Formats: sequence, structure tokens, C-alpha cells
Amino acid sequence: MQLHVSTGDGVPIYLQIAHQIKYLVASGRLVPGDEVPPIRVLAHQLLINPNTVARAYLELEREGVVHKRHGSGTYISDAGSPLARKERLKLISERIDALLAEASHLEVDPQELLRLIKERSQSIQPKEIK
Amino acid sequence: MNTPIAAPVVEITALSRAFASKLALNQVSLRAQPGRVFGLVGANGAGKTTLIKHILGRLKAEKGLVRVFGFDPVEDPVAVLSRVGYLSENRDLPAWMRVDELLRYTEAFYPHWDTAYAEDLRRQFGLNPRAKIKTLSRGENAKAGLLIALAYRPELLLLDEPSSGLDPVVRRDILEAIIRTVADEGRTVFFSSHLLEEVERVADDLAMMFNGQIVLAGPLDEVKESHHRLILRFDVPQPVAPKVAGILSLSGSGREWTAICNGKYEEAVAATARAGGRVVAEESPSLDEIFVAWATAKSL
Repeated sequence: MQLHVSTGDGVPIYLQIAHQIKYLVASGRLVPGDEVPPIRVLAHQLLINPNTVARAYLELEREGVVHKRHGSGTYISDAGSPLARKERLKLISERIDALLAEASHLEVDPQELLRLIKERSQSIQPKEIK
Repeated sequence: MNTPIAAPVVEITALSRAFASKLALNQVSLRAQPGRVFGLVGANGAGKTTLIKHILGRLKAEKGLVRVFGFDPVEDPVAVLSRVGYLSENRDLPAWMRVDELLRYTEAFYPHWDTAYAEDLRRQFGLNPRAKIKTLSRGENAKAGLLIALAYRPELLLLDEPSSGLDPVVRRDILEAIIRTVADEGRTVFFSSHLLEEVERVADDLAMMFNGQIVLAGPLDEVKESHHRLILRFDVPQPVAPKVAGILSLSGSGREWTAICNGKYEEAVAATARAGGRVVAEESPSLDEIFVAWATAKSL
């Protein structure tokens, strides 16, 4: 599991970790039953305070993304899927926002954009089946 | 996890200190809780080293109270210093000793010295046991200082600008030492730094010092979440920074300006409107930006 923390932007480090793990779940790189690294291991790997990692895991546990097994470790939950869908939608929404901003900048209105999306979607379809 | 109930490891109450006519510490109060990393940040000359000297008992509190593990470090130096591992910015190690002699010499002072751990650290830090201290590079010197501060597993690791003037590899060793100290057995770290990136990585709690005063203190996440970076847009280009009440700092030019404010988000929005502008974006500032904003606010 490769995570990166950045201290340049304003997002607290524990949230960066929580977001990235959710992203890995949403994108299928972490699946239910996978173990996330022990707190100390991840703290050493990322060179951050172990309390920060603990807080990230606590946040993920509260949201049902991971669960602790007594005396063992922290694992990705089965219940991750509905949330994963929500996360997936959130990720795609961010891309749509960027697209809308770009379209507005290039003076393409949303109606025209929709038409273009449909058109592109149809032109992509056959290739995907192959 | 974030609600410690144990007695603070370091407790400073209304500490003031003057050198000649200059007030080096002005009513400083802070608490470092066990099992947490406390980061003290401030510009050079803010009073950080003076504060740390009080924790070590090298300076006696003229006004105010200093307690370390509940003891007065001046009255009871043994009770305090036997539990503190200290690394200063100017590592004053005996230049004529060899590394192995330094270890044996230091070991004699500490009943809890862990010889095997010291040897592990020496290997990990790549220090040649037969090298004379005076022949060590700046980075190796820092590592030797860190080694003797860590090898008796002190309950409090006290570091004064540990990364100052060191290359990234040695800085990494120091950060790892801090992380290991809290991760193992929940010991406590108190360190001062002007490298905010490091503070942001490892600190649980933070105090920001300017001109001998603590202007901001609290858990790092709370400090970050209570500050906002606002992008202000004005209909008319502003030749000079517009006056907006309630913000810490303002930078930019023309129609677009960036403001940093502490908590008072609604107030800042209203004040911006009064100044003829509007807030077009609200973001989270980095610790660096927060620090610069306070430095600006305090120098005005």
C-alpha cells in the first residue's frame, strides 16, 4: 500500500491518509479482508506521528471502511461497498466539475457538453467490447 | 486518544524572563502531555532556546513556575535530568573523545543506559566507534548527540532545533527518532523548530512563539482547522492592501487578494464586503502560511 502525505497543502495529514485509503478501496486496489499496515509501520514509512495514523484509522473505522480484529490488525470491511460507490461517485463528480469549468471557459454550454459526452460514449463503446 | 488525563510532563505557568531590558519570555504558559509530541515553533530569537533552558533547569524561573515531571528542575535537577534526553542545536560533545569513549563516558551517568540499543543506534547511524568527535561531520556530530540522548530511553526527549543546518538524510534520522520515541512505550517529545514541514509531520500539539510570547497553542489539527485562507475579489483594483478587519494577513495585488484569518470566518466575510470586495474561495492554509500570517500580524 503506497500512500503519500504532503505538508504543503492545508489538508490535515490524518485526512490525507483517510482519503487515500478510501480512494484505494474505491479503485479496487484494496479489497475487503485486506489488512492495512500496523500504525507503527505506517508511521515509520510515512515519517509521521503514530497518533496521526491512529486518528486516520479511527476515522475510517467510524465510517465503516475498516474494522479492527481483536489482538490482530485493521482490515478493510465488507461493508465497504456502498461507501465505495459513494466515493466513486464523489471522485467522478470532481472530474465533472473540472470538465464543466473547462467547458465554460471554452464557451461550451452544458447542453452541448451533454451531447458531446453521449457522442463520445457511443464512439468509445465498440472499442471497449473488443 | 486525544484526551490525556495524566499529569503533564512539562508544565510552565506565566513564565517571564528579561535579559537586561529585553523581555525574552513574556507570560509563557504551556503544557506537554505524556505520550505526545509537542512542537514549539518561532522565528530565530523568539525565545525558544531560553524556554528550553528553563525546562532543563539551566535558567531559574524569575517569574512564573516551571515543572518537569512535577519537579522544579532547578531545585531537583537529578529527578528531572535523569529522565530527560537532550539534544541542543550546538552539540557540545567533547571533541577529543572517540565515539566509543563518548558512549562509555555517557553510560556512566545513566543507570538505565541500554548498551545493546546504543550499539544498534550507532550502527544504524553509521558512526565509526574509533573516530574522534572532532573529525566527525556536522551530520555525524548531530547523530552522535542524538544517540547519547536516546540510549537511556528517556521519558522525555527534549530537542532544541535538532535539524538546524543538517542535510535531509540526518533530518530523517532525527524524525525517525522522534517517531520511535512516541511509538514505543508512549514516551514524550518536546522539540523546537523553525522547519514547519517537520513540525507538521510529527507534532501532536503546537505552540507558536513571537517575541517571547505564545500567540497560538493547541492540538496541531485544531490549529490548522481553525485557520482559513480566503481569496478576496474586488470590483475595483486595489493599489494597496485593502483594510479588512479581523484578518491576520493579506497579500496580493489588483483585484485579487489572499487573506489568512483565524476562526473568525463570518466576520472576515462581512469585513470584506464593507471594504468593497467578496470572498470567492475558502481553503485550508498550510502551517507555513499560518506562521507567516501570524508573523505579519505580530510585526505590525
